[in-house]
Amino acid sequence: MLEKRRLTCIGCPMSCPLELVIIDGEIREITGNDCKRGEAYARQEYTAPCRMVSTTIACNSGLWPRLPVKTVTAVPKAEVMAVARALHTLEIEAPVQIGQVILDDIAGTGIAVIACRSLPSAPNSK
Amino acid sequence: MKSPLRSRYDVVIVGGGPAGLAAALGARQAGVEHILIVDREIEAGGILNQCIHSGFGLHYFKEELTGPEYAERFIRNVQSDQVEILTDSYVLDISPALQLEIISGGYGHLQLQAQSVVLAMGCRERTRGSIRTPGFRPAGVMTAGLAQKMVNMHGVLPGRRIAILGSGDIGLIMARRLSLEGCDVTGVYELQPHCSGLTRNQVQCLDDFGIPLHLSATVAFIHGRDRVERLTIAPVNHELIPDLSRSWDVACDTLLLSIGLIPENELSTRLRLRMDPATGGPQVTSNLETSLPGVFACGNVLHVHDLVDFVSEESLRAGRFAGEVAIGMRRPSDNISLQAGENIASCVPQSLSPDREQIIYLRVKRPLKNCVLTIGDRYEKSFRMLVPAEMIRLTLAPELLDRYFGEMLKIDVRLREAT
Ligand code: SF4
Repeated sequence: MLEKRRLTCIGCPMSCPLELVIIDGEIREITGNDCKRGEAYARQEYTAPCRMVSTTIACNSGLWPRLPVKTVTAVPKAEVMAVARALHTLEIEAPVQIGQVILDDIAGTGIAVIACRSLPSAPNSK
Repeated sequence: MKSPLRSRYDVVIVGGGPAGLAAALGARQAGVEHILIVDREIEAGGILNQCIHSGFGLHYFKEELTGPEYAERFIRNVQSDQVEILTDSYVLDISPALQLEIISGGYGHLQLQAQSVVLAMGCRERTRGSIRTPGFRPAGVMTAGLAQKMVNMHGVLPGRRIAILGSGDIGLIMARRLSLEGCDVTGVYELQPHCSGLTRNQVQCLDDFGIPLHLSATVAFIHGRDRVERLTIAPVNHELIPDLSRSWDVACDTLLLSIGLIPENELSTRLRLRMDPATGGPQVTSNLETSLPGVFACGNVLHVHDLVDFVSEESLRAGRFAGEVAIGMRRPSDNISLQAGENIASCVPQSLSPDREQIIYLRVKRPLKNCVLTIGDRYEKSFRMLVPAEMIRLTLAPELLDRYFGEMLKIDVRLREAT
């Protein structure tokens, strides 16, 4: 069975319009991508779509009360909300270093979560 | 408290966001000694600190970073370059002789003399006042960027049930952000018949979360006396006039506005810099100097960018040129004016000089397919697709202007004729 599928590459701001030709569930042709990352995206998106998750967690006595964090790799799209919900229960103490691992395995995905910035302690906290 | 600052600097940079940070590195590359960044926030980094999503740095660092990561790389470089950063401080005024008046949380009122100044104050969001949305004036109407700061920096939600007017990138990003936070985002309403943010953001911020995008529709009335309670949404005709006979109501407690950005011009207008109505920022020469010698501009204060990578690139150059001027090095001035022609909304810089490599940034007025961009008879490039949401960046080799004796070059984009 021949099927055509249109996708938008989210690899960069170019947002290339991709067209996939699929025969019996197998990708035969990918067009519209301006670079080879578009092809990889198309395969991934067709077989197992996934997304990076970035959010914030509570940071006690930090310069700001929230610390931005992200998953080190993309998580399965269906797990995105579960990952966000699990992250929202976390708390950390300042100071934090950029790249610091907050959790090795978020919500059973096997994917680690890291701090996206260094956050010093607030000047008035002891 | 006694100020640790000097009374004279080679280069003073107003704003410590991506533009100001890169300008400081550029000034250092030019070999100047004393560089100061003044920023009103409690830390450098600017808007990047609240842009916690990834998508930054693909051009500049060749990897995809979140905003805070991108900022921290620059802050580290600036610190190891021994640039002074004065935070919690606001530049009130700059005199034509480049004396700066600063009010500082730590040191009170300060006066400094600069050899050159780089304006890097970024931009502001348009507000309800700029589009005059009818209705009551309840709490809960705010710009998308303000909501972003509340959520990502302060950990406060702007509301529970959110509607978004305007499909700018910040609005789209906030639609996703608030969905992840468990808010109910009812929809995005866009006056124009096309999305004004990047298609990738429409896909990953709206489609992924099942948030509808209503094109050619606007908020016709805001209901609620103390807090937003409901909006009347109306479709618009081709003249963008709302058709109230086909309107519908949407219940929500918050309305976010993502209706465009404008360069922050307070200092530029006080300095009486020559402005460009098309970009909303000052006019600059090919070395990013404004109409007042010694004052440079870069980043969103000059023209609103969509990629921080281009801001960094532009600002590194502005900083370098500002540094050169601070140490008494003057390049030949521009002798060719650059003008926006057919289908071009704006271009930066507004003039060129044959002795250096040029980087030109421009925007088209409307989406164009299969078109050719020309700069006088000197340059020609074909494009499959150009859209107003994406700034176009061109580099021109110095040889291109060799033996060009005209005073003006015009940039045009024309549809490729059917053959
Ligand atoms: S295909 Fe390449 S150029 Fe096109 S959007 Fe994807 S990453 Fe960007």
